[in-house]
Amino acid sequence: MRKQSKAPIVHISKRSALPWYGAWAIRGAAILLALVVCAFVTTALTGEDPIGVYKTMFAGAFGTKRKAWILGQNLAILLCVSLAVTPAFKMRFWNIGGEGQVLIGGLATAACMILLGDKIPNWLLIVIMILASIAAGAIWGAIPAICKAKWNTNETLFTLMMNYVATQLVAFFVIVWEVPKGAGKIGIINQTTQAGWLPQIGSYKYLLNILVVAVLTILMYFYLSRSKQGYEIAVVGESERTARYVGINVGRVIVRTMLISGGICGLAGLLLVGGTDHTITTTIAGGRGFTAVMVAWLAKFNPLVMVFTSFLLVFLSRGASEISTIYGLNHSFGDILTGIILFFIIGSEFFISYRLSFLKHTKKEG
Amino acid sequence: MFDFVSFFPRAVMQGIPLLLGATGETLTEKSGNLNLGIPGIMYVGGICGVIGAFFYEQTGNMNGFLAVAIPVLCCLIGSLFMGLLYCFLTVNLRANQNVTGLAMTTFGVGFGNFFGGSLIKLTGSEVPSIALSATSAYFSRSLPFADKLGVFGKLFCSYGFLAYAAILIALVSSYVLKRTRVGLQLRAVGESPATADAAGIDIARYKYIATCVGSMIAGLGGLYYVMDYACGVWSNDAFGDRGWLAIALVIFTIWRPNVGILASILFGGLYILYLFIPTGTNLAVKELYKMLPYIVTILVLVLSSMRNKRDNQPPESLGVPYFREDR
Amino acid sequence: MENKTAAVQMRDITKRFGTVLANDRVWLDIYKGEILALLGENGSGKTTLMNMLSGIYFPDEGQIFINGEEAVIRSPRDAFGYGIGMIHQHFKLVDVLTAAENIVLGLKEPGRLNMDEVAKKVKAICDTYGFEVDPYQKIYNMSVSQKQTVEIVKVLYRGADILILDEPTAVLTPQETEKLFAVLRNMRDAGKAIVIITHKMHEVEELSDRVAILRHGQFVGDMLTKMTNAQEMTNMMVGRPVTLNIERPDPVDPKPRVEVKNLTVRDMEGTLKLEDVSFTINSGEILGIAGISGCGQKELLESIAGLQPVESGSICYVEDDGTREELVGKDPLSIADMGVCLSFVPEDRLGMGRVGSMDLTDTMMRRSFRMGKSFFTDRKNPRLLAEKVVKDLDVVTPGVSTPVRRLSGGNVQKVLVGREIASAPSVLLTAYAVRGLDINASYTINDLINQQKKSGVAVVKVGEDRDRLVELCDRILVLCGGKVSGIVEGRGASKPDVGMMMTRLGGKKNA
Repeated sequence: MRKQSKAPIVHISKRSALPWYGAWAIRGAAILLALVVCAFVTTALTGEDPIGVYKTMFAGAFGTKRKAWILGQNLAILLCVSLAVTPAFKMRFWNIGGEGQVLIGGLATAACMILLGDKIPNWLLIVIMILASIAAGAIWGAIPAICKAKWNTNETLFTLMMNYVATQLVAFFVIVWEVPKGAGKIGIINQTTQAGWLPQIGSYKYLLNILVVAVLTILMYFYLSRSKQGYEIAVVGESERTARYVGINVGRVIVRTMLISGGICGLAGLLLVGGTDHTITTTIAGGRGFTAVMVAWLAKFNPLVMVFTSFLLVFLSRGASEISTIYGLNHSFGDILTGIILFFIIGSEFFISYRLSFLKHTKKEG
Repeated sequence: MFDFVSFFPRAVMQGIPLLLGATGETLTEKSGNLNLGIPGIMYVGGICGVIGAFFYEQTGNMNGFLAVAIPVLCCLIGSLFMGLLYCFLTVNLRANQNVTGLAMTTFGVGFGNFFGGSLIKLTGSEVPSIALSATSAYFSRSLPFADKLGVFGKLFCSYGFLAYAAILIALVSSYVLKRTRVGLQLRAVGESPATADAAGIDIARYKYIATCVGSMIAGLGGLYYVMDYACGVWSNDAFGDRGWLAIALVIFTIWRPNVGILASILFGGLYILYLFIPTGTNLAVKELYKMLPYIVTILVLVLSSMRNKRDNQPPESLGVPYFREDR
Repeated sequence: MENKTAAVQMRDITKRFGTVLANDRVWLDIYKGEILALLGENGSGKTTLMNMLSGIYFPDEGQIFINGEEAVIRSPRDAFGYGIGMIHQHFKLVDVLTAAENIVLGLKEPGRLNMDEVAKKVKAICDTYGFEVDPYQKIYNMSVSQKQTVEIVKVLYRGADILILDEPTAVLTPQETEKLFAVLRNMRDAGKAIVIITHKMHEVEELSDRVAILRHGQFVGDMLTKMTNAQEMTNMMVGRPVTLNIERPDPVDPKPRVEVKNLTVRDMEGTLKLEDVSFTINSGEILGIAGISGCGQKELLESIAGLQPVESGSICYVEDDGTREELVGKDPLSIADMGVCLSFVPEDRLGMGRVGSMDLTDTMMRRSFRMGKSFFTDRKNPRLLAEKVVKDLDVVTPGVSTPVRRLSGGNVQKVLVGREIASAPSVLLTAYAVRGLDINASYTINDLINQQKKSGVAVVKVGEDRDRLVELCDRILVLCGGKVSGIVEGRGASKPDVGMMMTRLGGKKNA
């Protein structure tokens, strides 16, 4: 008896190339499969049929005009944070500190509104708010970048810790500025005078944010693919040594890119605090700094594709929250569905870059 | 007046979940897997234990052994499942470890909060909230002679069995990593999988085992938090960012679980220091004190990178998937 | 040959990587008590074939017999089981572990792990064959030859009786090579089967009993070493008669272009890498830099290119009209701003690690992308340049938007050298320009470099193959341990002398 089973049966090899439509077909199939699984999970927990589940989710996302606007707003902010982290990821700087950079940008905005509101003309206040929020985010992003450039400090953990420092800083100021004393929250800032509130376009509360982010998306697309700085980022991401050989100052590119990355996060904070919420809490970023990592990665760092990936994630969370409300379930339900979909997409990448082939075994006779 | 005798036990109790999380993550990282899903896994571990205990308490008559064994078992199964999922994605499908980890954390935290919030409704039971005080009593039972030993007893003998288990696990992990054949091979896998592979070590198997065992240990951290520290009361998001701190602790201890025992107590102490420092009526300053553990982590991170000593670096191929025929 | 017993028989072994056929129905026999040299150009499939014996790859088709029994080698562990041990070109050692820890890695010995016992056994092996290894030393503190010794001890510790060495002498000094050969002969006499992969003819002739030759993945033939000669073996490797001679035109009007004086360089850890190095690079001339690897060649080139901080000394660029510019303390950008056109094809030429996802056009831009005032990059000219290089240098590629990663090593090198030359440099620095290339591609590259020399460019060529340098260069600077051990004329230089200078023996203390 010959032991044939010892030889490997499945052989894995790298694909030489897959046309783009092939790659997207695989991703599409993965998402579809994930949606089916999600439907079953939801059915198991709520007892409704899978199609009904998705009807409910659609209603939750687009059901009313208001819901559609909220979807647009959430999409814009998530996309904004994703755009922010993308240049950093392209140069392989794992910035998972988007959360903290958004918070600190929001804090700077709130500080301007509280301290300067009604003391200076409104237009000047808004200009200062814009500058302050971007600067705050940029500084928050640059601190880990400087250490990375100088001592190669692990940026993943550094940016992560900076999130919590930002959270505590916000918590500190929330108590300092709390209204009324002992409430533990700030409440709507400048409720009567609306000083420092970003202007509303017509009667659409969220339109400004959406427009700003749309412009930003296009700018980022060209910045990354066409500008010299974008090219430098790509070279650094590819190989730091190569970058040095062609005379790129790697440290400077890292710091500069993180200034941009943090600055855009700060801008997201401005849009949240000055544009829509008009208050600040420690949870204002809502985990978007982490979700953004996945949005950017799923889109392969292409800003235009990121519109779709962030839409997918926002749609899921809005839809799932509708299901939770209707069936009296906990709102974290959306996270579970998001997780499931992510697992499928992450897994599908394998089939894009590798090929499985099944080996035939030559049976030996005699 | 700083009350050390009441401060220290609380610091330890804060530190134990961190210690378990960090020990689990250290084992995982030694195999070259950077598992950022640890925070999620700790949630899953905690809630699975809660679910197990919840159903057991519903039966009415409780027996000490089962009251402990059922939650522990559920917790281990839940976190094992998360570990397997992570391994399947990163080892078999070679997915990006950072993204996989973050997705697992999203999923795990969502899973914990969802069942924490919906368990009662889903099972249609009559209890008002999840407060597993009966089970918790078994978990937090201190050593029998603790009361008789005065201050010493309060400082060292007043903890539940999981706390001692955590310290034991850390010591054993250290021993295994440093002194045994398995530990040696595991370190090689994390440093240079190609080398380990050429030496005939089954890379996938080591990564799977290290990551799954690591996940289970981390899951126990979540269980300890609910059952012992929080007296059996599950409240959503209460576990907070401890999972991330555990990952930071791994770097803080330069991948040494035995150092982790003291470091986790130090971190636990920093975590609750604000409760013990008299600030009068100024509540805001307390929020600044809460920053301490993170600031300390950052400082350690920067200082260790400045020293740049070869032996204190992370496993060399941490975060890099391995494919034998990559060329 | 009749009385020898076959240790390994490989039959019809085929292995593909994607669309590339790395091994095509190869037959190979390896005998006990014999040293077999496996010969072939780069990319002919030598290493792939041996990797299938050591369990790194699994053959797509074919069979392997060990001692007459069919064997299925699925993993390195299976290979050890059959007594096969391979010493790879890139050492498979874990840097942060000690020698002894590396040696026992992967072994399933019964009982507890006792490092002191292991150390004792290691010492015993060392004593038998005359090695020197400190079992408790960490690998990252070791020299290359010490690391190689650890590799060999590791294989012996496992009781291997079929040893495969992949280009073992590439990193060794001649003395270390001698020592290694002596050990290998000892082992052969002890009845072990030994395979050495190499492309150095003189080593084949000196060491091996038999040669087997591969070409384009196919087995071409084998013969007893004493029955053949270098010319015949080379012809079989290449598949047609080749002249081993390389053209060397006389320099035209050489003038000093770069003057290096008393250059001293330390690396980041403070180790002295270059000490008091002085020499001149002339225009219209090829200056070869010889030395065993890691003797400061890299630091020397990088200092000139402005990539390496210099501790003391000066590097002066001399213009045709005699104006001098100091290069020390400037980065590549400011050197270019001064109007000095330095081109550098570095050692790590792919410089692309795992990705290399940039296409030819983007690769062309690497040096020139800053040109112009615009915030945006110009992609039109690089595209034209890429098309021109592809056409002029016969680069085999589907198009200019193909990622560089997909090209073969020779084609990548053509693209990079083409790019550097396109910037019309006055100084061209190359490191290991033809390493890993087949004979045809090497010829093209060497020809390109010669053309540059003829047009008056000052060329610096770092190489590890002493013989090539002696044949190609006008002058050769020999480095040893960061010091200049001599500068010799290329024409009429004695190869053994240069070899001695590389190891300081016979070289003058101060040149």
